[in-house]
Amino acid sequence: MLRDITLGQYYQTDSVIHKLDPRVKLIATICFIISLFIVKSWIGYAIAAVFLAVSIKLSKVPFKYMIKGMKAIVFILLITVVFNLFLTPGEVLVSVWKIRITKEGLQTAVTMAVRLSFLIVGSSIMTLTTTPNSLTDAMEKLMKPLKVFKVPVHEVAMMMSIALRFIPILLEETDKIMKAQIARGADFESGNLIKKAKAMVPLLVPLFISAFRRANDLAMAMEARCYRGGEHRTKMKPLKYAGRDRIAYGVLAAYFAVCIVIGIYL
Amino acid sequence: MSIILDHVNYIYGSDTSLAVHALKDINLVIPDGQFIGLIGHTGSGKSTLVQHLNGLIKPSNGNIYFNGEDIHAQDYNKKKLRSKVGLVFQYPEHQLFEIDVFSDVCFGPKNLGLSRQETELRAYAALKQVGLEDDYFYQSPFDLSGGQKRRVAIAGVLAMKPEILVLDEPTAGLDPKGRDEILDQIAKLKEETGITVILVSHSMEDVAKYVERIIVMNQGAVMLDDIPREVFKHYKELEEVGLAAPQVTYIMQALSKKGMPVRTDVTTIAEAKDEILRVLGSGR
Repeated sequence: MLRDITLGQYYQTDSVIHKLDPRVKLIATICFIISLFIVKSWIGYAIAAVFLAVSIKLSKVPFKYMIKGMKAIVFILLITVVFNLFLTPGEVLVSVWKIRITKEGLQTAVTMAVRLSFLIVGSSIMTLTTTPNSLTDAMEKLMKPLKVFKVPVHEVAMMMSIALRFIPILLEETDKIMKAQIARGADFESGNLIKKAKAMVPLLVPLFISAFRRANDLAMAMEARCYRGGEHRTKMKPLKYAGRDRIAYGVLAAYFAVCIVIGIYL
Repeated sequence: MSIILDHVNYIYGSDTSLAVHALKDINLVIPDGQFIGLIGHTGSGKSTLVQHLNGLIKPSNGNIYFNGEDIHAQDYNKKKLRSKVGLVFQYPEHQLFEIDVFSDVCFGPKNLGLSRQETELRAYAALKQVGLEDDYFYQSPFDLSGGQKRRVAIAGVLAMKPEILVLDEPTAGLDPKGRDEILDQIAKLKEETGITVILVSHSMEDVAKYVERIIVMNQGAVMLDDIPREVFKHYKELEEVGLAAPQVTYIMQALSKKGMPVRTDVTTIAEAKDEILRVLGSGR
């Protein structure tokens, strides 16, 4: 049931992308997203597509698996496309009754669809190949300069990693409670909206209780081990750049430069 | 009224790199009125197996028949199946949600579309069956102790009047007293109503006293399936897969090795006592 949501869930395998330093992947993802908005021509999107395709290939995550996780976003994608397609004023291509499709509309719709799907696939490569923990490690490291402005970087990173860690646990819990209630004859699928909302009560109440219980237990366990945030904490496995990370940065810089050039001149 | 599992296989996450073959070619017949112990180490597939029995999980391949009907056929009424095969999950107290004990137990029968009167009668009967006092009926389920919560949760399934009751580790996390109370209650219930009971556990000690048939699971496959005394004869093999026979088996084995002519296939402490006394008596 809920296990089918694969969007952004870590996919365990052994690949070059998996081994990269999480900071590289984080920066690469940000650069990739920016590049999608810099380029405006087809050549630019083609280059982005190639970059994306190579990353997917290198990551060894099955493309099918990636697409399966995207099903939830198809709806958003569809709305964006439809709105852009029918509501952009300009040179009319086709017109049926009151509905018009304009040349500009078609153009923006396609660009939007490409941008959005690239954006989602691009960022899911990062989450599919990086464990939540190393991702927050990377964020903590990259945000360190903000400490000057009294931003509690470590605490924020800790909260994020705990939140991320709890997602699969709570999903599993939801699945379990759902099954237990179905075994007692609960029905989560049929009925109108109000009935469906009411049917959620036997699921949500136990889920909240268990979430609070777990949060309590975790807080207790952390206190028992004398946890206190920020200052003077060291890491068991500090992040360190290796040769492949430098190569990756090089490739990324080249890609980004090409995108900027294309964005300006084409 | 029987369940037949025919070449049931189940694979978790079949399209990922982490596919786990949780059940391997399970063939079982569960006739009416048996008291069965389903034993296995953590991760042996016993929880996965019991979730197949009421159609919560669909087998990757193979068929399951309840009273001769395929439960995954297009037009099969699964809701009805779930009222016939009552499944009590591990830590069932985590599923409680109502404002008081009584309404929570009413949840199951209410979902079956029964009248209010029938629902409340069943809830009352179920709470009595698990031995809960009237004083608790209108308390919040969250104010009860662990053992009481568990009774309420079990009553919640019993109120649906299942013909087959499946309990997944009903004693997990309870103290010895709470454990014995729950198991005794289940045994009593079995005796009074004659329903089929499947008791899932990882402890031989727990089930040896009660059940008439033991199914041992190991790594997703059925390893042994026999009456208790026959199963315990394989105590060496059981140890290899991280299980153990009841302690009396070991005592009797040790006694017989020391030259005392005792039977080694006893399963309970009471039987062992009688057997030792018999041998000692005849020796004099």
